[in-house]
Amino acid sequence: MIETRSLSVSLGEHAAVRDLSMKLNSGELVGLIGPNGAGKTTLMRALLRLIPSDEGQIFLDGQEITHDPAHFHAGDISYLPQGQDIAWPLTGRRLVALGRVPHQTSWSHLSAADDDAIDAAMELAKATDFANRPVRQLSGGERARILLARALAVGADTLLVDEPTAALDPYFQLTAMEALKTATQQGTSVCVILHDLNLAMRYCDRLYLLNQGGLVAEGQPHDVLNDANLKKVYHVDVARDAQSGLIVSHHLLG
Amino acid sequence: MAFLSFLRTHPYGLNLTLATCLGLMMFVGLFLGYAPLGVADATQGLLGIGDQRYIYIIQDIRLPRIVLGALVGGCLGTAGAALQGLLRNPLADPGVIGISSSAGLGAVIAIYFGLSSVYAFSVPALAIIFAIGAMFILIWLAGRDTSILTLILAGVAISSLAVALTSLAMNLAPNPYSLSDIVMWLLGSLSNRSYSDLALSGPFMAVGLTLLFAAARDLPALTLGEDTAASMGVNLKRLRLQVIFGAALSVGASVAICGTVSFIGLIAPHLVRPLTQHDPGRLLLPSGLLGALILVLADIAVRIAPGAIELKLGVVTALLGAPFFLWLIIYTRRSMR
Repeated sequence: MIETRSLSVSLGEHAAVRDLSMKLNSGELVGLIGPNGAGKTTLMRALLRLIPSDEGQIFLDGQEITHDPAHFHAGDISYLPQGQDIAWPLTGRRLVALGRVPHQTSWSHLSAADDDAIDAAMELAKATDFANRPVRQLSGGERARILLARALAVGADTLLVDEPTAALDPYFQLTAMEALKTATQQGTSVCVILHDLNLAMRYCDRLYLLNQGGLVAEGQPHDVLNDANLKKVYHVDVARDAQSGLIVSHHLLG
Repeated sequence: MAFLSFLRTHPYGLNLTLATCLGLMMFVGLFLGYAPLGVADATQGLLGIGDQRYIYIIQDIRLPRIVLGALVGGCLGTAGAALQGLLRNPLADPGVIGISSSAGLGAVIAIYFGLSSVYAFSVPALAIIFAIGAMFILIWLAGRDTSILTLILAGVAISSLAVALTSLAMNLAPNPYSLSDIVMWLLGSLSNRSYSDLALSGPFMAVGLTLLFAAARDLPALTLGEDTAASMGVNLKRLRLQVIFGAALSVGASVAICGTVSFIGLIAPHLVRPLTQHDPGRLLLPSGLLGALILVLADIAVRIAPGAIELKLGVVTALLGAPFFLWLIIYTRRSMR
């Protein structure tokens, strides 16, 4: 369980996150949504203490971690950033195995438990088929699934995921979201940044809608993504499916 | 192809093969040189039996030279692999962050001020001190920032300054003999090295190599960038200090022994990287072993090359390394298209 209280974060002179309080409960899939520049990624990086917060507090399982170094709590929080650059063409399985680094010492090798966690994560992310191929030979979607498997392989209680569906075709977008949902059913708390509002409505238990660093709305997906909020934050009019409430098209205001 | 597959897949295949080749070439190096010795004479000399001249040639001249060559090559190869992993850049080597040039500057100062003729140890001692000092400056310059780019830029600045000061010393050399000493030392050589050189530099190499090998777990995590590595529990500041000091100690001590020997730290990791499945952690040991093998072979080439003037070690490695470096740039450019 991770929580922020009145968190503010600046990037240089720019206030990227302003006075934001949020909570991610155990076994919950929470979506962070908002237009580009809303502060979603900055908030996630601040939760990981990759950037310092100006004010406010961060708690992990009730314990304050605001000023803990970034490498603390590695086995407790797993992070999948967006658009990762992979420096060396490791095989898919070796890359997923990096997820076990928090559980290893300097001189130790992968244990049987590590191997099991890697296999389970690859299975969940549907990445088993290209385990032995160098990642540079994989398509964008295959690579995204390997990276998702790497984040899952950590086995952390909290998973922070930044746009996991960006490079995926519709089938694997759903597969990725199903994998995250399955992880929550196993007790993991998942916070996911999404730009696809329909995926957010279909899969997330709760949403936080951000704009210009501040919180606009929080709650059940259909309540947060109401027409008024979409007009206010995204400046679009939407047409919805009458039964499901999902967005079928959107248009610029005016 | 089956052998390459064995090297790639067997957990110890690559390291055992390289270690065997290294041991073999070190033994071959014992009976190659100006005084031609047979295998039997060399073996007897190594065991300390038989003709005293052979014992002297093998144990006091060739053995320390070969052992030091292997250690220097091992340090350069390992440091190159670790720095490439840390900087996430296949073109990195100990020269990039200014270790080699700073150590070279220390040695040149010892020669320039005549310390080397008074205290024989002043050249290696100042080389090591300058390498470590340069790394303190580097860490001070880049220490507040965890960015690898800042580290590279600071290293390039230190390297440029060290090269400029070395050039200044050569420019202001008081006499042609002093200039000749500086140039000859900078060209790199293992001639006339003894166990006392090993005693002075060995501990620094041992500490440096230990620091580098202890980074083997964390270097692969950097494959996914600094944010992900930090989120996986890698203490980036400690890792940078560890690799930089490890490289400074091992390469500084290497330069202290045999002058500037370039390209080993670049070539060795590249040649074995595909055989380690590009894993930056697994790359360290085979790079060190191959670096040692290359330097032992280069030193054998120096010793058996015909001609009245002995080729310098740094010249041989540069002649081999520069074309390889050009090929590497072309290959990297093509593979990025």
